[in-house]
Amino acid sequence: MTLTERQQRAYVDAQAADARVNVELETEEGMTLNIGPQHPATHGTLRVVAKLDGEQVVWADVVPGYMHRGYEKLVEVRTFPQVTTLINRIDWLGSFANEVPFVLAAERLMEIEAPARATYIRTILFEMARVANIVLFLGDLGAQLGAVTPVFYAFRDREHVLDQIEAVTGGRFHPNFDRIGGIKDDLPKGWIADTKAVMARVRDFCDQVETLLFGNEIFETRTRGIGVVPAEVGLSYGLTGANIRGSGVDWDLRRDANPGLAHDQVDWKVWTHPDGDSFARCWVRLQETREATKIVDQLCDGLPGGPIMAKVPRIIKVPEGEAYVETDNPLGAMGYYVVSKGDLGPFRVKIRSASFSNVSILPWLLRGVYVPDIITILASLYFILGDIDR
Amino acid sequence: MTATAGTLAIELAYWQQTVLRTVGVLVAVLIPAGTLVYVFLFKMMSFMQSRLGPMEAGPYGSMQLLAEVGKWIQKEDIVPWRADRKLFAMAPYVVVASVFLILLAVPFGPDAWFADLDVGVFWVLAVSSISVLGILIAGWASANKYSLLGGLRAAGQLIAYELPMVLAVMGVVIQAGTLNLQQIVAAQHSGEIFGFGGIGNPYIFTQILGFLIFLVATQAELTQAPFDMPVAESELVSGYMTEYSGMRFLLFFIAEFASAGAFAAVAATLFLGGWSIPWVDLDADYMNVIGPVVLLTKMMLVAFLVFWARFTYPRFREDQLQQLAWKILIPLSLVNILATMALKVMF
Amino acid sequence: MSDATGTTTDATTTEAQDAQDTETDELRQGWLDTLSEALGDAVIGSHIAPGRTLWVRVARDAWFDAAEAAKGRLGCTFFDFLSAIDWMPSPWGRYEYSAVDVGIKPFDPTAPLATGVAGGDTRFQLFCRVVNVRKPDGHPVEVILKADLPDEDLRARSLVPLYGGANWHERECWEMFGITFDGHPGLRHLYLPGEFEGHPLRKDFPLLARLVKPWPGIVDVEPMPGEPEAAEPAANGAGDGDAGGGAT
Repeated sequence: MTLTERQQRAYVDAQAADARVNVELETEEGMTLNIGPQHPATHGTLRVVAKLDGEQVVWADVVPGYMHRGYEKLVEVRTFPQVTTLINRIDWLGSFANEVPFVLAAERLMEIEAPARATYIRTILFEMARVANIVLFLGDLGAQLGAVTPVFYAFRDREHVLDQIEAVTGGRFHPNFDRIGGIKDDLPKGWIADTKAVMARVRDFCDQVETLLFGNEIFETRTRGIGVVPAEVGLSYGLTGANIRGSGVDWDLRRDANPGLAHDQVDWKVWTHPDGDSFARCWVRLQETREATKIVDQLCDGLPGGPIMAKVPRIIKVPEGEAYVETDNPLGAMGYYVVSKGDLGPFRVKIRSASFSNVSILPWLLRGVYVPDIITILASLYFILGDIDR
Repeated sequence: MTATAGTLAIELAYWQQTVLRTVGVLVAVLIPAGTLVYVFLFKMMSFMQSRLGPMEAGPYGSMQLLAEVGKWIQKEDIVPWRADRKLFAMAPYVVVASVFLILLAVPFGPDAWFADLDVGVFWVLAVSSISVLGILIAGWASANKYSLLGGLRAAGQLIAYELPMVLAVMGVVIQAGTLNLQQIVAAQHSGEIFGFGGIGNPYIFTQILGFLIFLVATQAELTQAPFDMPVAESELVSGYMTEYSGMRFLLFFIAEFASAGAFAAVAATLFLGGWSIPWVDLDADYMNVIGPVVLLTKMMLVAFLVFWARFTYPRFREDQLQQLAWKILIPLSLVNILATMALKVMF
Repeated sequence: MSDATGTTTDATTTEAQDAQDTETDELRQGWLDTLSEALGDAVIGSHIAPGRTLWVRVARDAWFDAAEAAKGRLGCTFFDFLSAIDWMPSPWGRYEYSAVDVGIKPFDPTAPLATGVAGGDTRFQLFCRVVNVRKPDGHPVEVILKADLPDEDLRARSLVPLYGGANWHERECWEMFGITFDGHPGLRHLYLPGEFEGHPLRKDFPLLARLVKPWPGIVDVEPMPGEPEAAEPAANGAGDGDAGGGAT
């Protein structure tokens, strides 16, 4: 039987492809493996190109940008209140937390201060965003390491947190609730009691995960000593949040900077871990979730009365100036450098997103690790694609 | 059906016996697979994860498996452009074949067996390695780097865990004094544990170490978590099965659960007393009907342990997996053999 | 009643703020002095927002030295971010086709550039922020360094030898603004696809989505039933009808 020309070309192509694979396997650098952009472990469309020698990574490069939406250009054509709808979607799991630094920066330029009740509610929602975000991380951590069950517990308990956020803001994922000068609405009746019950549930979940995952010997073997980030290297790459606290650096913007939230009114603890490996980072996040639930409880107890919005003009024009506000978001330190020219909208906003810096350390960190460890490291660094790509 | 057809009232021609045997083995393979998939994968896993599982198809989702089979059968047959067509097509059949071959030697009743092999244990352990070949073929022929990685990991893992399995079973063989699975069942039925004869001598009590090693090794042979590196879902997407879809994937899927059933049946035969119930007469005719049911129950008990571990534990890394096999399981099983030999001689 | 609670909080805050202001004024002045000492003439301008931030504008040629001084003298080992500001106002305003584009002066290419804090006289200004998180004396040290880049020579020295994190930030700066960094291990696209032409964050790079479909800045608002027809919205310059400007 004679082959058609198409079949002949296909045959030659297949031979050539085989030859290429063989050549790749024989060269020094080894086989190139593309992890992503569509991959279960990359939390979105992140692409890691790794050159492998067997199962060991010789060289790795990270290619972000598959989800780049150009936020810094888009905010230039919007008015200040319109910007919060955009920036909600940067870190979409801890969405309220994205709005906070921007609104605080605008308030700083306008030299107004939100009333105490508004600040408290902002902080409560900020910490609840942290809880929602990290609870999903804890479940996903198990899934990426092979334990399929914690994911379901995580989503089940996260639903309750999202229900509470929805009861206040109207949106589970994208609340768009912060306003320059305060917040949009007051809390509904009975919300505080419900929230405290939900926070108790989350604490139960944290205990469950601690037994199921962190107490598991296989989990410890998979995460201890993997992906060690020395503190100075982490600082020079701009690692923030639980990533740098897991390397022993006692740096938490909620305590050390003063962005304008209510954290100084409550009693809470900053968790660090000296090891700097994946286990340390995950462990710090677990403790932070528990701490966040306690913060929410205390804030709910001490919630002052009063207005929820300062006196701001109906059309907001932010005076000329530059301000930078950074807060300790669930993923790390997120900041907005707002340049205003006295207009209705910002002149330039530089968005400092946490995952961008967290992921920039990957090419340095992934050298010499095994393929399964790549997944562990990606899981422990924890990033959201919207945060990397903006 | 025995070769002599003496216990049945009718004479069957050879070709009729063959047909019955073929249908029988299909039933023997598919019924455990289906039961395991429904009970453990659909329902037990769901309940453990605080959800209900499939509820729509049939009462409590019992027809879900039929629906899934129908779905997979009607899918388009996709073969990657650069894949080796013949090998790609052959791989699932190789893996499924090994399951059938394992079940050939397992007895279901005093006269209900497919082949009464005097080297039953040896046969089972030998043919269970055929699936390794199938997985390797699948990994290479898929023309996909992820599949290749999965296939290579599978090769290393499955070969490494063959040894603990063999050595764990040796203790049973020493205690029973025979490789014939039917006689091992008889030995467990009629034996005594250090003089106490009420429940026979299921080897799980005296060979508890062997049983545990066998369970761990089975978990690895089935590439179930915590040993599912070859199919590491969050890394290799599906490992060696990534490029397979439709009927071919269905064969892999059936093979996975059927081999879980087969290994569980072997474990039940070797350690739990197989198809026999201790106080019931070994040669009774009605045991030909009750025996398979008893074996199915014991198989489900063992499979419960296997799947429970699967849903709970994260997975080992490849080198940690190998360490476990070579540095821990093999020495332990050697100790087990020594102890069994010593105790057998003394008592 | 709300005022009462408000005042109390305000009072304590103001006092604390005052104390903090005077204290950190000196604090930040101290950092500024350290940097001036290290860099000498290269410190062209500075600005302190009391209790908040310190900006230091240095000459372009001293960009690397300034970062080195911050790292060595002030102990700022944490690299926060690096980016640039294009001070030219956008020629398209906010791309709104309404007759009254509120608040934006029409684009005058000959007008002198109005730049931000710490001054500046070029179109492109590079800025980066570094922090000392180890908190000597109990305060984190934070500095925002700025440098003007001449239009015809958009280059600066790369900070990668000092801070590993500068790698990605400089790549992004290059692809978005066109600023080249000497000594960078490999300036290539970070976000944009390989063959992309142009530098998107420059003000003269149009936002194509808005050019294709202009945003209606003022929406014709229907009057409430029973009310007389509203006067034409286009005539007033106060922009009361601006759709997005309201506080709620």
